[in-house]
Amino acid sequence: MSDITKQSLSELVENIKSKKLSSSEVTKAFVERSEKSKELNAYITEDYANAFNKAKKFDEKPNLDLKLPGIPMAVKDLFCTKDLRTTAGSKILNNFVPTYESTVTQNIWNEGAILMGKLNCDEFAMGSSNETSFFGNVQNPVDKNLVPGGSSGGSSSAVAAQLTPITIGTDTGGSIRQPASFTGTVGLKPTYGSCSRYGIVAFASSLDQAGPMAQNVKDCALLQEVMSTYDEKDSTSIDFKRNNYSKELTKDIKGKKIGIPKEYRVDGMPKEIEDLWKKGIEYAKDCGAEIIDISLPHTNYALPTYYIVAPAEASSNLARYDGVKYGFRAEGENLIDMYEKTRSEGFGAEVQRRIMIGTYVLSSGYYDAYYLKAQKVRKLIKNDFDDAYEKVDAILTPSTPSSAFKIGEKTNDPVSMYLNDIFTVPVNLAGLPGISIPAGHDAKGYPLGLQIIGKAFDEQNILNIAHAMEEKINFKNNITDWWIK
Amino acid sequence: MSIDLKTIKHISKLSRISVDEKKAEKLAGDLNSIFDFIEKLNELKTDNVEPLTSVAETTLKLRSDEVKSKNLRDQVIKNSPKENEDYFVVPKVIE
Repeated sequence: MSDITKQSLSELVENIKSKKLSSSEVTKAFVERSEKSKELNAYITEDYANAFNKAKKFDEKPNLDLKLPGIPMAVKDLFCTKDLRTTAGSKILNNFVPTYESTVTQNIWNEGAILMGKLNCDEFAMGSSNETSFFGNVQNPVDKNLVPGGSSGGSSSAVAAQLTPITIGTDTGGSIRQPASFTGTVGLKPTYGSCSRYGIVAFASSLDQAGPMAQNVKDCALLQEVMSTYDEKDSTSIDFKRNNYSKELTKDIKGKKIGIPKEYRVDGMPKEIEDLWKKGIEYAKDCGAEIIDISLPHTNYALPTYYIVAPAEASSNLARYDGVKYGFRAEGENLIDMYEKTRSEGFGAEVQRRIMIGTYVLSSGYYDAYYLKAQKVRKLIKNDFDDAYEKVDAILTPSTPSSAFKIGEKTNDPVSMYLNDIFTVPVNLAGLPGISIPAGHDAKGYPLGLQIIGKAFDEQNILNIAHAMEEKINFKNNITDWWIK
Repeated sequence: MSIDLKTIKHISKLSRISVDEKKAEKLAGDLNSIFDFIEKLNELKTDNVEPLTSVAETTLKLRSDEVKSKNLRDQVIKNSPKENEDYFVVPKVIE
């Protein structure tokens, strides 16, 4: 079988279960393709030798009842992996080797998957283009010198380029859905509390969620089913009845009410995004859904709210990086000097910027004006969604206000970079699930995505809608392997 | 609103991030443009709105008070940049 890396997760699982392929053959194929794809810079740390050993072990005594039997995969370098370096894309964690495993990755290994390596990402997941990583830019396989989105940019690049059949990312303001949209892949941000945050390097704890990234909706559903468990090691993990998302997946969405929020028609939105959205509405109708106009009146306040809440939580979470307990240390004349030099040399510019914003909005005299105000507006944003869900079952929007941009194009203007997340951030603020599916191309041939937002804990419904629409859209990613010599 | 260099120096001290003149000027520019953008929130009246602190509408679960992990000393110290036997080592604090 020559085209192993072209197979979807579901095909690979079937071929391993029917013994047409061994885990070793599959692992070898993805490792070889990854080796030929170094120019993409998708990996921070490779773990191929261990992957081969685990695949061999699996093949000697295959347990074919598992959901991911012998399936190799690489994961975002924000998940702690026992005995394998975990950097969060930062110099300050350059030499950090966790002594424990994140719950989400443990769930995945428990179902038979095999770790191939750790994927590049924006530093501490702070970025929308993977350009803040200490380990360099990642190439979007769609075109040379195009960003893969961020912060899960190594993950989106690796899935789109078929270096890994599936992967996982994290999404604080759009970091799974925006890179999925930029690379023509599928990415799900689950409901807050669905996937355990234990062992994930923290960015903004009230917003962070891990989720699956894949080539299609069915693979995404299967991975979500494996990832999502109640975990007592995460105090915000929620104990609710989880579906067998892949088994219960259906294209029958007749009569589902899908809301179209008028406030997402933002000023200056390119016509091709508007057209894509209209096309999406037609696809949803073709699938039997009922389209209803809705209003989410506080949409325009979501980004300013996010840029208070997220940096505030980040400044608190990142206080632990002090050069004492783990990670990078710069020598100083005294303790304070050591702290200040360590953090100044260890963190990159964007992370320092966000720590400073967060420190400022939490500082004495400004807390009420900024942080408390933002928490109140966050409530209004959540109320908007609650009101809308009185009338509809799901909401359809574009995933991003543009297609992928060139490396370097937006690095000097933080606010224009932040605007990338205008359609995804409200979903995190309200703690809801959202999925991005590829839905078309712009004039340059770059992928564009549509987002489906669900009610809390209603992942099954948005997966079903995405699955039904995916068939109508019939998206084909134009990836030419330009980076393989 | 305008964040001046004095404020930047103050925040940098609170953040424990050293900042030289050049970096302070760059940060002042960046933070001012970000705060101009954030000021939009002042358009909204929020006097009677409850702040949202968590989207997870659950109460914390109780568990029995049992030690589940022990003897982690070696693991805890394993990644430290500098240690001496069982201790983290830092620059001298008491003269």
